[in-house]
Amino acid sequence: MGTEAAAARLALQPALMRARGLSKRYVQRTPFSRRSFAIEALVDVNFEIAPGCLTALIGQSGSGKSTLASCLAMMEKPDYGEIWFEGSEISHWSRRKLAPLRPRIQMVFQDSAGALDPRFSAAQVIEEPLQIQHRERGQNLRVRACQLMEEVGLSPDWANRSPLELSGGQRQRLAIARAIALKPSLLILDESLSGLDLSTQAQILNLLLDLKAAHSLTCLLITHDLSLVGQIADFVAVMHQGTIVECGSAPQVFGSAQHPQTCKLLASVQLLETAFRTARAGGRG
Amino acid sequence: MSTPHSMPSKCASALLRVRGLAVSYNARGEQPVPALRQVDFDIAPGEIVGILGESGSGKSTLALSILGLLPESARLGGSIFLDGEDFSSVAESRWAEVRGVKVAMIFQEPGLSLSPVMRAGDQIGEVIRAHHSGGTKQRKLEVETALKDAGISDVDRIYRAYPHQLSGGELHRVAIAQALACRPALVIADEPTRSLDVTLQVEIRNALRDINRTYGSTLIFITHNPALLTGFADRVMVMYAGRIVEAGPVAQVYRRPLHPYTKGLLQLIPGPMQHSGLISSFTRRERLPAIPGSLTPFDQLGRGCAFEPRCSARIADCQIESPDEIAPEPDRRVSCFNHGN
Repeated sequence: MGTEAAAARLALQPALMRARGLSKRYVQRTPFSRRSFAIEALVDVNFEIAPGCLTALIGQSGSGKSTLASCLAMMEKPDYGEIWFEGSEISHWSRRKLAPLRPRIQMVFQDSAGALDPRFSAAQVIEEPLQIQHRERGQNLRVRACQLMEEVGLSPDWANRSPLELSGGQRQRLAIARAIALKPSLLILDESLSGLDLSTQAQILNLLLDLKAAHSLTCLLITHDLSLVGQIADFVAVMHQGTIVECGSAPQVFGSAQHPQTCKLLASVQLLETAFRTARAGGRG
Repeated sequence: MSTPHSMPSKCASALLRVRGLAVSYNARGEQPVPALRQVDFDIAPGEIVGILGESGSGKSTLALSILGLLPESARLGGSIFLDGEDFSSVAESRWAEVRGVKVAMIFQEPGLSLSPVMRAGDQIGEVIRAHHSGGTKQRKLEVETALKDAGISDVDRIYRAYPHQLSGGELHRVAIAQALACRPALVIADEPTRSLDVTLQVEIRNALRDINRTYGSTLIFITHNPALLTGFADRVMVMYAGRIVEAGPVAQVYRRPLHPYTKGLLQLIPGPMQHSGLISSFTRRERLPAIPGSLTPFDQLGRGCAFEPRCSARIADCQIESPDEIAPEPDRRVSCFNHGN
């Protein structure tokens, strides 16, 4: 999908998810003393996720990207602010009230080896959410799991393998299959690609693009590495010290970055890639 | 931007010479699994050599075998000459004399390779104490120099800090300082920047380049990102399935890759053809040009070329036998029947 089309769609449709004035602080105690100190993880964050688009959330480590993700996925409650999802404000909802919403927002984590149960087989990993949500039962469960494996590019012959027998890229595919099993409307990938090789990252991003198109899925991709994501993202938001300092469509942000933090993030990528490009073209790199 | 080093001479004065290196891992009661097959290369003093490849291609095994750090289950064949001395079958005690002084390694996760209960400065001092006889004061000075060389400005704070008090970038610099404390002739950096953001990756890389320029240390830089090697490495060796499939000067290999795998890797980052206005680094694409498939597990490799199942330029011969290494041009080597296509 072209970015202009995406921007036009955003103008027509309300955001799938919207955060208003989100704040979150963590209080920690200094070891061996009673003193405690607070870390302002999120400071007045305003953020929107456009439906059917791929939004990239970028920023250096410690900028609050993961805290924002876990607030949006309702794994953490923000201290202040509103979270709007599909037309309702959910930030203060009880666990029970949130339960039916949870399948709509799914998350894929960074460390796939740690996120998947090593005692499960690959198929069981996918079957578990289907079982919990009573989506399938009996024979159909395995059939659906195999379908999903095929959809993410894993051979159904591997259904009985342990996740630990798979390579990093294959494990992340499996985690994606588990996440899309419940047909969510929002998929959050928290640094899910950062441990992988460049070529594997490219394969998985292509898979995401396919899934996005096939299921009108909305993706929020959290990353510190722009080199590949920057080429395919529709929207980009830059985080720095707990706030979103810049956001907009990808060409807008990359083409005319305003905030010094964005410029800094872009400059190093550009420096690297201009040198690379010159070398490829045969100049003195 | 190009580094001022001369191209490798014809191995007469090689600092590191590897011949027919083969490593396999033997699990008890199972078939040995090969990790490196027939690896040959020379590295001249003062060179920066990049090793490019995906995980599982044998990059780390190669690094560990040059340091004599392979686990006991590994079987090593072939020879490794360091400064003319064959290290392929020396005793561990000889390795201990050499490690840190002649050859040192910067590991992938400095957070894991540093001790959490020792101050950063003391950990670096330990390396110096193991190899040099000097007083405490002298040692402290040397540690401070090492930290400065690694690009740290507030040396005092870092010296006294425990690893958990340091940021990711600072930890990497401590690991670099530790590896360089005794000015080893050869430094191997095994994906030192993998988990960092690009800004830090470039900073760490530049710190290594400065050290190479100041002290003439030879550097082997292992990475999976081809863009990191430009303006930095003199030569690149591309590894696939335990072999070096292409090697040559970075400028030449990047301009005209010969092996289809190298070509695929380089295409991941937008090349010169896709230039378009202001956002050239972020040329928009509907899909990324990924190399299809994945690395064939070693125990399933057939007689043919290991890259054949994923290759877009395969010909009939590729399935029948594995291509030998050829040198189509001076300084360049490639293992492919259909190279350049």
